[in-house]
Amino acid sequence: MELWNDMKLQINQQTYDVDVAEDTPLLWVIRDNLGLTGTKYGCGLAQCGACSVLVDGEVVRSCVMPAVSAVGKQITTIEAIEQDDVGKRVVQAWVNHQVPQCGYCQSGQVMAATALLKATPNPSRDEITAAISNLCRCGTYNAIDAAIDELAKPVGGNA
Amino acid sequence: MKPLTEHELAELAQETPINVSRRNFLLSSAGVAAGALVLSVGIPLRQARAAAATKMAPGTRVPAFLQITPDNRIILQSPFVEGGQGIFTAMAQIVGEELDAEPARFIVENAPTGADYQVMVGGPGRMTGGSMSVRTSYQTMRKLGALARQLMLQAAANQWQVPLSELITEPGIVLHKTSNRTLSYGELASKALDLPVPDPDSVSLKDPQAFRWIGKGIDRVDVYEKSVGKANYTIDLKVDGMLHAAVQHAPRLGLVAGDILNLKQVQAMPGVHSVHKVTGAVAVVAPHWWDAKRAAEALQVDWQAATSQRQGVRSMPADFSSEAFSEMLANRTEAGKDAETAGDISKVFSAATPESIISATYQTQYVHHAQLEPPSTIAQFHDDGRLEIWLPNQAPDMFLRDIAKRAGIAEDQIILHSPILGGFFGRHFLYPDANPYPQAIELAKATGKPIKLIWSREEEFLRDPLRPMAAVRMKAAIENGVPTALEVISACEGPGEAISGHDPDNVDGMAVEGLTGKSYQIANVRIAQDYVENPTMLAYWRSVGNSMNDFVYECFFDEMADKAGADPYELRKALLKDNPRLSHLLETVVKSAGGWKRGPFTAADGSKRARGIAMASPFGSHTATIAEVSIEQGQVKVHEIWEAIDPGTIVNPAIIEAQVKSAVALGLSQVLLEEVIYQQGEPLARNYDMYPILPPHMMPKVHVSIVESGEKMGGIGEPGLPPVPPAVVNAVSHLLGRRIRRMPLSRETFA
Repeated sequence: MELWNDMKLQINQQTYDVDVAEDTPLLWVIRDNLGLTGTKYGCGLAQCGACSVLVDGEVVRSCVMPAVSAVGKQITTIEAIEQDDVGKRVVQAWVNHQVPQCGYCQSGQVMAATALLKATPNPSRDEITAAISNLCRCGTYNAIDAAIDELAKPVGGNA
Repeated sequence: MKPLTEHELAELAQETPINVSRRNFLLSSAGVAAGALVLSVGIPLRQARAAAATKMAPGTRVPAFLQITPDNRIILQSPFVEGGQGIFTAMAQIVGEELDAEPARFIVENAPTGADYQVMVGGPGRMTGGSMSVRTSYQTMRKLGALARQLMLQAAANQWQVPLSELITEPGIVLHKTSNRTLSYGELASKALDLPVPDPDSVSLKDPQAFRWIGKGIDRVDVYEKSVGKANYTIDLKVDGMLHAAVQHAPRLGLVAGDILNLKQVQAMPGVHSVHKVTGAVAVVAPHWWDAKRAAEALQVDWQAATSQRQGVRSMPADFSSEAFSEMLANRTEAGKDAETAGDISKVFSAATPESIISATYQTQYVHHAQLEPPSTIAQFHDDGRLEIWLPNQAPDMFLRDIAKRAGIAEDQIILHSPILGGFFGRHFLYPDANPYPQAIELAKATGKPIKLIWSREEEFLRDPLRPMAAVRMKAAIENGVPTALEVISACEGPGEAISGHDPDNVDGMAVEGLTGKSYQIANVRIAQDYVENPTMLAYWRSVGNSMNDFVYECFFDEMADKAGADPYELRKALLKDNPRLSHLLETVVKSAGGWKRGPFTAADGSKRARGIAMASPFGSHTATIAEVSIEQGQVKVHEIWEAIDPGTIVNPAIIEAQVKSAVALGLSQVLLEEVIYQQGEPLARNYDMYPILPPHMMPKVHVSIVESGEKMGGIGEPGLPPVPPAVVNAVSHLLGRRIRRMPLSRETFA
């Protein structure tokens, strides 16, 4: 297999040079080469969403995205989530509603919620259901709903 | 001696008498060595102190548990591992209450191995499971906090040269009112934790009326870290010079690797360091895990039948079919062995008219733990021969013993780290060939490098030991509107006997729990187990036997009610009328659901719905559930769940509510979706695509009611699950007008 030398990735406003086989998923570059372990491996098949990151503001399951296809794009991982205004509010809502249990899926949940709220500041319940499909084996779904519903309310109004 | 099973521990937890001989054995075998290992790595001072000191009762050596920094952060070593159930918070709450320190100031870690942390009452030591952590350690951990507070007072008395009796505490500080002086715990800690720990009997506990934090739904201590990706699981850890490893397991347990047909090609793949045959698998080592995984998948291995069998490891037959096995169980006619009896069922059945008798066979399925964190282990041999190892586990000292045996080195030469768990559910006990650490140790030995082995999701689903399945034959006589006799025979293998060995003279309590232990007044009862060994490896799963048995019993209860012409709620109420605690619980859940209505009824959105009800009494607590369902596009939709729980006495209602909701989700996942299917000796599903677990859009709104009856404290993590599947299936069966007797409901498409 060819090596993709001098692959430059823009992650959390920093440029990283990585040297990996070109089919390596973005997830493993983030976790293994760069040591940003807040992004989790759960299935490797884009089924669970634990590996969710933002690529140019859109949520992506990084376990099935070849790193090479993220070159030239802005990647945001959970480590930088509080540097984003919406991300910071999401984290605060997660704490307010005491969402995480084991916590393993929650980086991905926070990323998915942030992406939704950045694109659609006041999503309807149907839009939330359509956008967030990340699995949680602890079943924190009621708490996730409560946290997102709080954020989805138009400011100063009722949903 | 094999480690105590969860069931044995459960028994010890429920019976208060202490088994002295067993206790002494465990303490001497697990305890003393641990201190030495802590000394040898030279980390926290408190542990060095612990090791140097004389033997003390578990849970009393304060410096082994507590460290307080000058800036007043309190670092607590928890005897119980955090896996989402909130135990780190509960420990901070309980210790903080008696220490008089705010739980939010606590940083909680999973304690190292050793005698000090064998705190479970009944003496058997330390493991996290069976919903037992708080209820077996509550008094001990309170006492620990009280002892620590006493040390703070003493240190302040020494420093100020005043009588201890003139001092009081307020959260985090000692106060001398007469002179209006204060010292923070952080200022006192270094001196306080050097003082001799007072006799535990000399220190009294707080009056519960004065509790500041116990009983309150305080925030959990780890929520922020887990919301920003800062919580570290085993899979996230790293040591210097570490290589990564991935495996290809034998497709069927019991096969061993013969020739590797493409060895040279795989060795030449980019990034590959080396290829190794290890227990039950072939492994690839590489500087990066993705390269190791890709190479491991590419291996072409000639898998051969083993010439000898390893202890506790079952060889999977090449023709094994879980469906055929379930049918075989369902067709058995053996009478089984008594687990619980009352009155004389034969007398009632032989006198009863055929029209008064109903019978049915229920089937339950194999299920996966499917925790989201795939198993991993880091193993590192130091130059002096010591082994340092990190792995997810629910029982550090039991794992330590096993690791010592496998690595062929003494326990005091092993440093075991037990990070938080990315999902619990019973996955992280000692199960033969179901954990990566034996392979990681072999690879670290073979390469001379620290190894981090991660099982991919696919390799995990191939080796995850399963929640047992059962076929349960039910038979009842219904006379004058009530059941007069009930016979239940479960053809199955319990997880206890599967893991620790079958005892032909006894029934595995975990095989029948949830069939036994019911409180309904039925005069003549026989509950029996018809033992059938499985070819699969079996395991504990959240709520263990109750996870399947309450489904069977509570669904058949509705069949009995239908036969009696009674409403299932009214019949439950009638058969519990002399049990005030359960009667109150039943009323509580009904009230929470706005009264009882079985339906079918038409909801506001036009859907036709029904409700089902069920109860369970697992792990020392009691639960009752109502489910509301409809059929949408051929599938069951659960709209709402109301669940009431009576755990007797509580520590944190917010955690209880979160745990009940979590247990509801897993119960729904089981009843709606989950089944491990084996064909030709291999599981059909190797990932979540073929083994779906409850996704967010299938989660109903869950309403939790907590009843604090003041009775003996029961468990929290598991009891919420067992009544959920039967409540759902009772609703579905009523809606359809025909009985469903098998999980999961996704087996069928409903009109």
